[in-house]
Amino acid sequence: MKAFTRIAAIALSVVFVAGLLAGVLAPAHYAKQFREDASASPSGKFLLGTDELGRDRFSRLLYGSRVSLLLAPCAALLSTLLAALIGGAAGYFGGRWEKSAMLFTDLFMSMPWLFLLITVRAVLPLNTAPTTSVLITFSLLGLLGWAASARVVCSGTKSLRNSEFVLQAKAAGCRAGRLFAVHMLPNLKPVLFAQFWISIPVFILAEANLGILGLGVSEPLPSWGSLLRELEDFSAIGLQPWRLVPLFLLLMVVSCFQMVISEKEYSR
Amino acid sequence: MASGSAENSRGRSAARRFLQRLVVFFITLLLAGLLGATLVRFAPGFGLSTEQLDTRLTPESVQALRDAHAGERNLALFYARFLGGLFTGNLGTSSSFKRPITELLRERLPVTLGAIGWGMVLGWLLASSFAASAWLFRSRTYDLFTTVLSGIFLCLPTAALAILFLLMRAPGRFAIALVVFPNVFRYVRNLLATSGELPHIITARAKGLGPSRVLLWHVLPPAAPQLFALLGVSVSMALGAAIPIEAIAGIPGIGQLAWQAALGRDLPLLVNLTLIVTAVTLLANWAGELFAQSLRSHAA
Amino acid sequence: MKRYPIRLAALVCVLAALCSAAAQELHFILRSEPKTFNPVLVAEDASDTIRYLTGGVLMRLNRKSQQLEPELAKSWSISKDGRTITFKLREGVLFSDGTPFSANDVAFTMKQLMDPELHSPTGDAFRSGKGDVITQVNGKHHIAIIFPAPVAGLAKLFDQVAIMSGSSPQKEKAVLGAFMVAEYKPGDFVLLKRNPNYWKKDASGRRLPYLESVRLDIQQNRDIELLRFRRGEIHLINDLSPELFDRLAAETSGVTYDAGASMDSEFLWFNQAPKAAIPAYKLAWFRSANFRRAISSAINREDISRLVYGKHAQPAVGPVSPANQFWFNSKLKAQAFDRKAALDRLTQDGFHLEGDMLRDRQGNAVEFSIITNAGNKARERMAAVIQQDLAEIGVKVNVVTLDFPSLIDRMTQSFNYEACLLGLVNTELDPNSQMTVWLSSGENHQWSPNQATPETPWEAEIDKLMRAQASTPDLKKRKQYFDRVQEIVWEQAPFIYLVNKNALCAISSAVRPAEPVVLRPQTYWNAERMVLASDGQK
Repeated sequence: MKAFTRIAAIALSVVFVAGLLAGVLAPAHYAKQFREDASASPSGKFLLGTDELGRDRFSRLLYGSRVSLLLAPCAALLSTLLAALIGGAAGYFGGRWEKSAMLFTDLFMSMPWLFLLITVRAVLPLNTAPTTSVLITFSLLGLLGWAASARVVCSGTKSLRNSEFVLQAKAAGCRAGRLFAVHMLPNLKPVLFAQFWISIPVFILAEANLGILGLGVSEPLPSWGSLLRELEDFSAIGLQPWRLVPLFLLLMVVSCFQMVISEKEYSR
Repeated sequence: MASGSAENSRGRSAARRFLQRLVVFFITLLLAGLLGATLVRFAPGFGLSTEQLDTRLTPESVQALRDAHAGERNLALFYARFLGGLFTGNLGTSSSFKRPITELLRERLPVTLGAIGWGMVLGWLLASSFAASAWLFRSRTYDLFTTVLSGIFLCLPTAALAILFLLMRAPGRFAIALVVFPNVFRYVRNLLATSGELPHIITARAKGLGPSRVLLWHVLPPAAPQLFALLGVSVSMALGAAIPIEAIAGIPGIGQLAWQAALGRDLPLLVNLTLIVTAVTLLANWAGELFAQSLRSHAA
Repeated sequence: MKRYPIRLAALVCVLAALCSAAAQELHFILRSEPKTFNPVLVAEDASDTIRYLTGGVLMRLNRKSQQLEPELAKSWSISKDGRTITFKLREGVLFSDGTPFSANDVAFTMKQLMDPELHSPTGDAFRSGKGDVITQVNGKHHIAIIFPAPVAGLAKLFDQVAIMSGSSPQKEKAVLGAFMVAEYKPGDFVLLKRNPNYWKKDASGRRLPYLESVRLDIQQNRDIELLRFRRGEIHLINDLSPELFDRLAAETSGVTYDAGASMDSEFLWFNQAPKAAIPAYKLAWFRSANFRRAISSAINREDISRLVYGKHAQPAVGPVSPANQFWFNSKLKAQAFDRKAALDRLTQDGFHLEGDMLRDRQGNAVEFSIITNAGNKARERMAAVIQQDLAEIGVKVNVVTLDFPSLIDRMTQSFNYEACLLGLVNTELDPNSQMTVWLSSGENHQWSPNQATPETPWEAEIDKLMRAQASTPDLKKRKQYFDRVQEIVWEQAPFIYLVNKNALCAISSAVRPAEPVVLRPQTYWNAERMVLASDGQK
């Protein structure tokens, strides 16, 4: 069973390293337009062909990995930690704390955050460096994406609050912080792992959608989200099936993540 | 006599709790409307539209277009007027659709509620079937298969999903199910896996109870409170998914309304939609809490 | 002479056979919800489509010949001073509900149109000066309309004025056009049925239109529109994108049409407003004609046409497209792509290359942002091409896509932008409709709007020329004035015109006749004479 996990871990590492070394591994700069070879099919020169402006798709995929695969997991981690903190605290303390926190969570989930994001874009200078803009985008996604999971974490914490081992720990004088972190949090892992796992592709796609507000990556910097948005042009996929490569790659990464983090479940 | 008065006291206590909930519900709605209105009002582009770029218009006409939003510029006044109208059943007029909002919602709300209903039922059916079967089979290969399957729908942009349905001539609203399914599946799978490792499960299996019986009677109940919480939360997910799906598939629901209202900075419509979304979210989550609560008291 | 009746009878038989063989319901897409059915308040595409199909007008601009033709007005004349237009109306015409049409209805319509409270965009096009518009009804079928000041291009403006009934109980629902609104399901479709009282007949005396109905489905997504066209669910697609055009052309022959350069243009401009929220040194760059001309020369328009539009576009010359046969200044040519010339111009202004980076006299690196609207793939790609082209001369460009309201906010309120890439969808032939663009005091004088006095001598000259062309009915003189405006714009480049997109559309082979044109509506301008044949339908 560990073989699967090992393969998954290796595959993930390869993709991450390839992204980090994009500057070295990519045959061409992501912005370079080979205008005489626009919309070219895969070949020795262009492994995944070129896009409508003659940019090498393989290079753009590699550079896009840097943006999406580094930042999306960080944003996912942020939202998971927030969900654990807010949901966990609410469930642990219960009573009015819980009611207030859950009301705040429900309110948070209902707000049209699109307008906050539009306002953020308005406040940012137009000549903001692409890396800064992308960092801000993923931070915002992490800060806004915790609410749904917090409710589930709260419910889980409540169930654990009155369980025997918690009562015993309390009786033994265990402090609240330690009780939560050492005894309750490990039992909330299923929910937290689920939140983390789902958030990665969701944030990658959300970053592309935020392009409509001027956030996210701007031309010519690529991201997996912007490459995946090409799939909306369905009729082109039949003619250019290599457009599906970013989807398969993301799927592979997401599946590998799941295999790695759920390794314990199968190591009996 | 003693049991009768205990029942009366329980009844009064329940009525008091219900009343408290109702008060909290309305205060939350009010707050949500105000916060939503604030976000919209102070976002750039408020009160502006492409119509103002029409080169035929005189300066007076352009000013008139800007003045059309004058009543909305003072947020406090706008909200007070809006609340006043709410009590008389007047939800205002949409500036982007130029129609009474009551009419718009009457036409479109049932469409979206129906789509969300279907999306939830099918999404949960898929998620729980795959999660339950993954627990029952306990096969790494099957787990990988379900992970990849749910991963596909997580990684596909919602717009692409909506177009795929149209290509297959399937009703676009079922695409909501494929947005709900992967989001719910992972949680359910992980919760069942954890719940299934509890000591009493091993005892039950050792005593020869069948896997289905173990799943239904012994694995599900400990996970139920979190599952109910997830159920409530998945309503918000489905509502969120409805917006791009309706906009792309041309389904005349409130999702399509919301998208156009956002692009047009239609304050009255957006405030109403925020209230609807908040109400649905609150009701769904409280229903989830209620079920979880009753399960806990039953178990106790 | 004997052959003529036989041929006519044969034509009628063929038409009858074609009509009876197929359901005569034309089906196409509206890309947004119509905001109004009141013809006076029409301000966007969807409502304009309905107005075109249902509205009866006094004169119609023939979209093919670009000539004005009599409709409800049998004849008209304009006074020498350009202030009065007199109509002789057609007799025996009825509205769709049977109410008789007369000069009083024209008077009623003009009153609605010019109502200052309504702010009708169509009405605003007639506003030439302060004062009221007076209508003089001289009998049941004679009317004179007197304007307070001359209105340039007066006659053609009536193409947009759908006559409403002043006496029908159905109000604006009673129409004089070929079709009338039968059903409207918000968010879903609009169904138009043939107007049984439509006044127009064909040569054989058969009442038009031939079609029984027109169904307009509301659908935003263009890929889905193409999908439905392929399936035979819809018959027409206007404004087809170049990619989808090429794809469809490769699959099915005879359904795609490239009518040549359209009236639309894509252009870039720099923010030159004094209140611009940008550093002073950048404002100085943008205000230099040399800088603007240099940037213009450094952009490869042929590449934009090829890569972004699949060669379905042409390098643009100026504000008027060659599709506008009368008003286009044919002496002017598109700015040539010449990097050396661009660098030479920049050198004249004190710019110099330091390594890969262009710097100004003070040593500031030449870097600016271009804002454009998100969701428009062609524009986003164009911005990427421009970014690369300018990188070759050491200019760093940041592309920022924004949602439309945010874009308009920056363009018209906060002036917090450096350069903007946008397009103009031009529905009017007459340049008088663009007064607010060319007058320095105009709202739409994008690079520096609402000037109290012209900031530059060339803007003052344009003001003079535009006012001159607006105040004379002499078409030849107006053409001379506006030709000179086009020359000044070419020299000064306040707008850097990039390309004129071609008018691309798709028409099902079931539709007869299929005669797409460049003027809007491209494909259904002749809807009243269209039939659907059964052989092309699925």
